[in-house]
Amino acid sequence: MTDVTTGGAGAFSHRLDFSTTEAKNRIRARYRSEGRFRSYGMIALGVTALFVVVLIGDIIVRGVPAFTEHVARIDVPLKAEAFVGSDGKVSELSIRGADYFPVTRDALTAIIPGLSRANERTLARLLSSGAADDLRSRLVADPTLIGKTVSAPLLLSDDADIYLKYASTAITERPARGAATPSDTSGEITILTSANDFADEVVAVKASLEQRASGLSREAERLRRIGGAQVTERLADLDKQVAELREKNNAPSSEITLDDKVASVLVSIAGGIVKLSKLSNSAVTGDVLIPLSSSAEAAPGSWKIVRYATPESNRKVTDVEVTLLERLRSLGKVENQFAWRFLTTGDSREPELAGIRGALVGTAFTLFVTLLLSLPIGVLAAVYLEEFAPKNWITEIIEVNINNLAAVPSIVFGLLGLAVFLNFFDLPRSAPLVGGLVLALLVLPTIIIASRAALKSVPPSIKEAALGVGASHQQAVFHHVVPPAMPGIMTGTIIGMAHALGETAPLLMIGMVAFIVDVPGTLTSAATVLPVQIYLWSDLPEAAFKAKTAGLIIVLLAFLFLMNGAAIWLRRRFERRW
Amino acid sequence: MDMSMQKTLPQSSKPVLDASAPPKIKARKVNVYYGEKRAIQDLDVDIPRNAVTAFIGPSGCGKSTFLRCINRMNDTISICRVTGDITIDDGNIYDRSLDVVQLRARVGMVFQKPNPFPKSIYENVAYGPRIHGLSRSKAELDEIVETSLEKAGLLKEVKDRLQESGTGLSGGQQQRLCIARAIAVGPEVILMDEPCSALDPIATAKVEELIDELRKNFTIVIVTHSMQQAARVSQKTAFFHLGTLVEFGDTPQIFTNPSDKRTQDYITGRFG
Amino acid sequence: MPDQHTVRSYEEELRLLDKKIAQMGGIAELQLGQAIDALEARDPALADQVISKDAQVDALQRDIEEQVITMIARRQPMADDLRHILGAIRIASDLERVGDLAKNIAKRTLAISSENLPKTLLYGLKHMAELAQRQLKDVLDAYADRNSDAARLVWTRDEQIDATYNSVFRELLTYMMEDPRNIGLCTHLLFGAKNLERIGDHTTNIAETVHYLVKGTTLAENRPKGDKTSSTLLP
Repeated sequence: MTDVTTGGAGAFSHRLDFSTTEAKNRIRARYRSEGRFRSYGMIALGVTALFVVVLIGDIIVRGVPAFTEHVARIDVPLKAEAFVGSDGKVSELSIRGADYFPVTRDALTAIIPGLSRANERTLARLLSSGAADDLRSRLVADPTLIGKTVSAPLLLSDDADIYLKYASTAITERPARGAATPSDTSGEITILTSANDFADEVVAVKASLEQRASGLSREAERLRRIGGAQVTERLADLDKQVAELREKNNAPSSEITLDDKVASVLVSIAGGIVKLSKLSNSAVTGDVLIPLSSSAEAAPGSWKIVRYATPESNRKVTDVEVTLLERLRSLGKVENQFAWRFLTTGDSREPELAGIRGALVGTAFTLFVTLLLSLPIGVLAAVYLEEFAPKNWITEIIEVNINNLAAVPSIVFGLLGLAVFLNFFDLPRSAPLVGGLVLALLVLPTIIIASRAALKSVPPSIKEAALGVGASHQQAVFHHVVPPAMPGIMTGTIIGMAHALGETAPLLMIGMVAFIVDVPGTLTSAATVLPVQIYLWSDLPEAAFKAKTAGLIIVLLAFLFLMNGAAIWLRRRFERRW
Repeated sequence: MDMSMQKTLPQSSKPVLDASAPPKIKARKVNVYYGEKRAIQDLDVDIPRNAVTAFIGPSGCGKSTFLRCINRMNDTISICRVTGDITIDDGNIYDRSLDVVQLRARVGMVFQKPNPFPKSIYENVAYGPRIHGLSRSKAELDEIVETSLEKAGLLKEVKDRLQESGTGLSGGQQQRLCIARAIAVGPEVILMDEPCSALDPIATAKVEELIDELRKNFTIVIVTHSMQQAARVSQKTAFFHLGTLVEFGDTPQIFTNPSDKRTQDYITGRFG
Repeated sequence: MPDQHTVRSYEEELRLLDKKIAQMGGIAELQLGQAIDALEARDPALADQVISKDAQVDALQRDIEEQVITMIARRQPMADDLRHILGAIRIASDLERVGDLAKNIAKRTLAISSENLPKTLLYGLKHMAELAQRQLKDVLDAYADRNSDAARLVWTRDEQIDATYNSVFRELLTYMMEDPRNIGLCTHLLFGAKNLERIGDHTTNIAETVHYLVKGTTLAENRPKGDKTSSTLLP
C-alpha cells in the first residue's frame, strides 16, 4: 500500500506558521480593525438612540400639556328665568337655546365681587366660549336641576389655559417693610408707605429703561455705519426714542411712570390688588383691580409688593387677566383635569374645544377601506404572479411596473384619485371611501412585493410533496404555500398600513383638507385623517394649537406602535402554529 | 436438478418475483429533452409489478429524470419535453385526456430530503385521502391514517402525539412519515428518489426493511446512489449512463456478472 | 487492459493478490518437479527440500485467505472483482493441496529410496508427472492472462492424465501380482501415481475457477472423466 501521508506532505511546501512577527502584526491589525468596526457600530447606535430620545422626548414634552385642561369649578346658580322659552315653558329646546353667558358670568362675579364693569367683562371672558356646553348637556339630561345651584366645571379659554400651564410670567412677591395707607378701596388710588419699599422697583425700572435705550442706540450705530437715504428717517426716530428714555431716567423727580414695556408692579393689600401706574420711593399711584376690603392702614408685613417680571406687551394675557386668574387659583377654584374632550370631540376653531375624534374616526374608516381593498387583491395578485402566471414578457413588464409603482411619489396617487375617482366616477370628495381607494393603490405594490417574497421563501419541496400526493396545482398553492407564507404577508400588510396611516399628500389632493367639525358617520361623509389634521393645526395661529398638534402626533405615534404590536403578535401567532 | 430435489430445499419466506406476470410500467422509445439538451435517449424498459426495481448510474445519467416522468412531475418544469410512450397497466400516462392529479394519486413519490408538510403528523397523512375523497367520515379517515402509519412502521412511535408537528420528528421518522403519506392515498406504484441518502444507517435499515415489506402490495421503483443498497433492496436493477439504459436485469446477476462493460466498470469503481 | 479502479489502493491490493497466487503456484510447480526428480534419482536430500518447502505454501495460503476476508469487508467487491477475490481463495486452496500432494510424493521417495526401481514403472509415472506439470503451468498462465479458453483446454485435457493413470495402475497391479516382494514398492508408487492424478484434478478445479472468474459462468456439470480405476476389476 502506498503511504498517503508522505506523499501528501511532500506536495505541500507552505504551512501555516502563526509565530512569525508578520503573522503577529497581521493578527494585531485584524483585531484593531475589528475593534474599530465594533466601535463604529456602537457610535452609530448611540447617535441613533440620542436622536430618538431627543425627538420623542421633545414631542412628549410638547404634547403632554394637550391632554390636560384647566377648568374653573364654581357654584352656578341656575335661575329658572334664564331657561324659559318663548312659550313661557322650560323645554329641551329652551334649555338648548338659552343664553349661558350671563349665567356663567354672574357665577364668576359672585366669586370675585366688587369688580369694575370692564374687569367683570374680562373675568367673564376668561371662560371658553364653549364653557357651558357640558352644563347644557347636563341640564338637557336632567332638567330638574333648574332652579338649583350646581357645582360645574367651566372650561377656561385657551389663553387662560396657556397662562396657567406655562406661567407666562414669573411672579415674585415680597412682603413690604413699611406700613401702607391706601387712599381708597376702589378706582384710582394712592398708597403711601412709611418705608422706601419701592426703591428697588424704581431702580429696576430705571435699569430696564437704560437697557432699552442702549439697545436702541446700538441699533442706531449700526444703521449710521450702513448709511443711505432710507435709514436717515429711521435714525432720526431712534435717536428721538433714545433721548426720551434717557430723559425719563434722569428726571429729577424720582417718580417713574410704568408702561406696558416694563415689568408690571402691583400691590396686594387688604384682600385687594392695585396695579401701579406711577412709582416713587414711598408713594405710588395705581388702579384698583380687585377691591380692597378697607382703606385702613395696613401693618408692615401684612401687604405685599407683587412683580410680574415679563412686561405686559410681551405676553398674551394682560395684568388684569393674570391677577384674576391668580385670585381664582388662590381661592381654589381652578382645577387641572384630564382633557377627555381632546379624544372625544371633533375639530373646532377654538383651541380649547378642539378634539381629534373626527380625525380618528376618519382614519379608521379610511384604513378600513384600504385594508379591505389592498389585502385580498394584493395577496391574490402575488399568488397569481408567483405561482400561476406564465413566464413570458407580459408578466415581466407587470413585475417591473409593480416594483416601480412602489417608488412613485404618493402625491401622484392623489392626482390619480382626483382625476379618476372624483372627476370621472364622481365619488364624493373628502370621503373615506375615496381616501381608502387612493391609499389602497398606494399600498398595493408594497403588499404584492412583500407577499411575493414570502411566497418565494416557502421551500419548493413542500409544494412538490403536495403535488406528489396528488394535489392539483391550485390545491398545493392554497393549502401548502400560502399558509406558511402568512407571517411574511402579514408583515408586508402592516408595513403598508403603517405607511398609509401617515400619508398626507395624496389625501390633500382628494380634498380631505377641509375644516370638518362633525365626526364622519359613513364611508361617504366628509372626513379628515390624523396626519392631515396635524397639517391643518400646525398652520393655525393660536398658541394652544402648538400643544394640540404635538398631542396629536403622540396619538398618531401611539396608533403606529399599536399597529406594529399587532403585527408582531399576529406574526408570532402564525409562526408558532407550525 | 429435478423437482423432487427442489421440494426439499429450504425456501425463502419472502415472495419471489413472478416473471410471468405482465409488467406494471412499460416505457417505449422514451426521449426527454430539457430545452435543447436530450437527457434521456430512446428508453425501453419493463418494470415488473409487486417488486422493487432499482435505477443506478452516475450523476446526470437520467435516472431521476425518468423516475419523475412516471408520475409526470416533470410537467412542473416548463422546458422539459417528453416523447414516447409510458404506460401503467397499459394505460398511456401521457394521454391528453388523462388527469395528472389522478395519476399522481396512483403513483406516489418519496423524495430525497424528507419533506413533511409543516402541519401535524395526522394532517400530513390525512391530507391526501381528504382531497381525494377517500373517506366519508372522521372515523374512516382516522383508520386510514392509522393503517398508513402502521404500514410505514411509524405508528408505535407516534401513536400518542399525532397532533404534534411533523417537522419535529427525526430524519428517519420524517422519511417514514413521508412514506406513510404516500401510501395513504392507496397508490399502485411508489417512486423513491434516493430516499435514504439523508438518513443514518439505522434509519436507512428501517426504511429498507419497510421497502421489503411494501413490495408485497406495491410496485416500487427506487433511484439510489448506493450500489450496495440497490443490491440489497431490489429484485431488478437498471443501469443508466449518459441518458441511455445500458443494462437491465435481475439484481443478483447484475452485481455478480453484468453483461455490459460499462455496467461492470461503474459497479466495481472503475470510473476512469 | 481493463480500466483501473479509481481508488488506487484497491487496484494494488488486487495486484498483490495475483502476485501471491503466482508465487504460490511457482512454489507448487517447483515442488512437483523436484519431487519427480527426487523419485527418479532416488535423492533423499532433494526430497527433503520438497517437504520443507511446503511450509511456505501453507503460509501463503493463510495469508491469501486473510487478505481476501479483509478485502470483502472493506471493499464490498462486485461483479468481476467479487469473482476474482473468491476465485483467489479457491485457487489458493487448490494450490495448497497440490503442494501437499507433492510433499507426499517426496515422502514416498524417501520411503523407497533404498529399493531398486524398474525403469518401465518409472516411465509411466514420469509421463504422468510431465502431464501434471504442464497442466499446472498452463492453468497458472491462464489465470495470469485471464484466458478462459486456455483454462477450458486444461479442463478437458485432464482426460490424458486419467488415461495414463489407468495404465500405470494396471501395470503396477500386474507387477505386484508377478512378484509379491514388489508389493511394498508398488504400493508406494501407486500412491504416488494417485497423488499425481489428484494434482491433475486440482488443476482442473483451478481451471474451472479461472473460467468462472473470467466469464462469470461455471463450466458444464459434466467434465469428461477418464478415471476408471474405481471400477477396474482385478485382471
